Amino acid sequence: MTATEARAPEDIVLRLRGITKRFGALVANNAIDLELRRGAILALLGENGAGKTTLMNILFGHYLADEGEVLVADPGGALTPLRGGSPSAALAAGIGMVHQHFTLADNLTAFDNIILGTQSLFRPWADRRSARRKLDELMDGSGLRVDLDAAIGVLSVGERQRVEILKALYRGARILILDEPTAVLTPQETDRLFETLHHLVAQGLSIVFISHKLAEVMSVSQRVVVLRAGAVVADLITDETDAAHLAETMVGRAIPQTVRPEMAPGEAILVLDKVCVPGAHGRPALSDASLTLRQHEILGIAGVSGNGQVALSNLICGLQTPESGTVTLHEQAVALGSPAGMVAAGIGRIPEDRLHDGVVGDMAVWENLALEDYRSPAFCQAGFIRGGAARAHARRAIEGFDVRCPGPEAATRLLSGGNVQKLILARVLTRDPNVILANQPSRGLDIGAVTEVHRRLLEARGRGAGIILISEDLDELLTLSDRIAVLHRGHLSQAMPTESVTIRQLGLMMAGHDTETAAHDAA
Amino acid sequence: MRLETRTRVPLALAIAAPAGAVVLALLLAAIPLLWAEVSVVDAYVLIFKGALGSRLAITETLSRATPLIFTGLAAAVAFRAKLWNIGGEGQLYIGALTAAAVGTGAIALPSAVMIPMVLVLGALAGALLMLVPTLLKLRLGVDEVVTTLLLNFVVLLFVSMMIEGPMKDPMGMGWPQSAPIVDEATLPKLIARTRVHVGLILAILAGIAVWVMTQRTIWGFEARAVGASSAAARFAGMPVPRVMLRVGLISGALAGLAGVGEVAGLKGYLTLDLSPGFGYSGIVVAMLAQLNALPVIVAALFVAVVFVGADFMSRAIGVSNYLANLVVATSLLTMLLASLATRYRLRLR
Repeated sequence: MTATEARAPEDIVLRLRGITKRFGALVANNAIDLELRRGAILALLGENGAGKTTLMNILFGHYLADEGEVLVADPGGALTPLRGGSPSAALAAGIGMVHQHFTLADNLTAFDNIILGTQSLFRPWADRRSARRKLDELMDGSGLRVDLDAAIGVLSVGERQRVEILKALYRGARILILDEPTAVLTPQETDRLFETLHHLVAQGLSIVFISHKLAEVMSVSQRVVVLRAGAVVADLITDETDAAHLAETMVGRAIPQTVRPEMAPGEAILVLDKVCVPGAHGRPALSDASLTLRQHEILGIAGVSGNGQVALSNLICGLQTPESGTVTLHEQAVALGSPAGMVAAGIGRIPEDRLHDGVVGDMAVWENLALEDYRSPAFCQAGFIRGGAARAHARRAIEGFDVRCPGPEAATRLLSGGNVQKLILARVLTRDPNVILANQPSRGLDIGAVTEVHRRLLEARGRGAGIILISEDLDELLTLSDRIAVLHRGHLSQAMPTESVTIRQLGLMMAGHDTETAAHDAA
Repeated sequence: MRLETRTRVPLALAIAAPAGAVVLALLLAAIPLLWAEVSVVDAYVLIFKGALGSRLAITETLSRATPLIFTGLAAAVAFRAKLWNIGGEGQLYIGALTAAAVGTGAIALPSAVMIPMVLVLGALAGALLMLVPTLLKLRLGVDEVVTTLLLNFVVLLFVSMMIEGPMKDPMGMGWPQSAPIVDEATLPKLIARTRVHVGLILAILAGIAVWVMTQRTIWGFEARAVGASSAAARFAGMPVPRVMLRVGLISGALAGLAGVGEVAGLKGYLTLDLSPGFGYSGIVVAMLAQLNALPVIVAALFVAVVFVGADFMSRAIGVSNYLANLVVATSLLTMLLASLATRYRLRLR
């Protein structure tokens, strides 16, 4: 495919007609129509649970649609129906998909990952030489450069993503689906991805870009299709709309703006001094990390995931002990390495993986609300659980924090992600903690729940708590934090007042530039 | 067609599903009976008669159910916390060995002291045996399935050594068996001139105690949380290793009590055929009861009915009593299907 090929605007490469998919009573996709033109980037915008991923899984053959059909242009340009429920049929039709969570084998080289599954099973050896030649041509043509002989494990996230895209192109993809491709990238890596995408569409590739981030959709796409509750609610030319309108369309109502009231910070509560935490492969997960958290303050921790967030979070949650350095709370040393000790010291902890660490799915809502507190006299007497008191507490918490569930007896695994997070917030905040660690507190939640989480955190700040907010969402950090520090390869930068930093500067620091150079380069 | 998670289980279904599973198991077990060219109806009538048809049959079934309740509880307690104790058989025998050793008159005390002492020491022996694999799991990450299972054989050989050697009954005419225990250490009979002994009451009390512990106490709360999600339990501040250790000790103690009951309540002395696999059948009992303590009692009675009844039937019409194993195994499979039916709903699209 070359840029000289005719690219008439009516040149449609993909058409979905009346796609409907139900899961039980839930209609995940409701009569969805969609068209993608050759050489265009179509953004598919919607909240979590709006049906974006379901739709793309139908397109790629992971799911079978209940109704409707998918038409894909063959190389000649004629639209032909795609056999549903078969990823290999989708691949053969020229559809390539880059999942949000990469599907690469860490121990294989980039090259092996790319040719994996493309070679005939019935041939005793792989035809590596011609594959190599084809890939070199592809890299030259697309501008996607990676070290093909490096093991995936040593590549950065941005590089891995390029391998994924190369893999799709190598298989002859003419339509590329990118599911939340920027979720794991720094702002600079995102810019670079967008350049690559523009380059690729100029060569005739067509792209579906799935996202819930408005700014990205505005900057990268030509058309935007907005999904809400499984249905298409808008199909717009990007240039003719704006972010605010898209946001309202996506959510279906006006979005309250979260405002961080000005507040003078109080005295220091939690102080980390030169803390080192060992990590995997002999590399420190945290090296000489120092921070001071004060009352009435939200301290944001920015960084690409995998740069020490887990170690920092585990340290404060009591799951890990440092190799060296001190942690003091109210000027007293803290018993580290004990979750119960941290709870007793008045530290509220909101874990990153709320379903894995936050709640016991098979236990009732009331039991999960008492999970940290079950040994307190309020809930326990002579070794017996005071079921009545615990259930009454649960009923108050459910009402106070608007946890949508059938009642205190309901199994927690039946709750939606947003309600599980509200449950955890209720458990943490009803204890009135003076330090709160919130690790990715709004990840994967819809806008309503995100707003609620932010409101609760700001409320706790207003009451005098100090909050450490670890997040990959820079907008969230800039909205909520009083100061922001950046984690890169285990090094924690000085915390900077939020007013004095820009997204660009944070991006550079997330990529490893030190504070001064980043400030200078960003200016 | 797809499966959906049920948000709540209707009471009728909760009762009908296991009952249906038993019926289905009996239907499936009819196939080999037909193959053996015997009347299915006759066979099942004989099983029923043999297990429940007379006073003697009922007492026989009850005495068979007694150790099964203990070993069933032992498995249920451990499995609920995801501690896979497959060593019920070994813990039973070590409990039995302790009862035989203590009860043979080495210490002479009145029965009001002697019986509790035999029970406590037997339970302690089972618990100590379970301590080893539990500690190995917690400290070194050794798979407890392997260690508990293999310890069964170690214990059996040890028991064999003891009753062939130091504990051999001098009056036993050369049979490998221990000396009989003294009257003061013998559990009283519940019904005179039958084999039903006080152990049955103790087993039922143990079932109630385990139920109360699991549902109402902090120990049970911790054990359930650790079993359902040890990551979340740890994050919330629960002492996960201590909970595991406690669960292991309780489980071992319950299995040890099964052995005490068989020696001090039923046989009066220790032999190597004391248990026809009660430790292993306990796992089936626990699974049939879906790891719930009170249903363990019912499941143990069911398994006892099948075993006692099938023994009777096989004597009466000459079919191998392996049919009992077949019915129990089949009902375990059908019960797993039934538990699927209570957890999920089949929905045609």
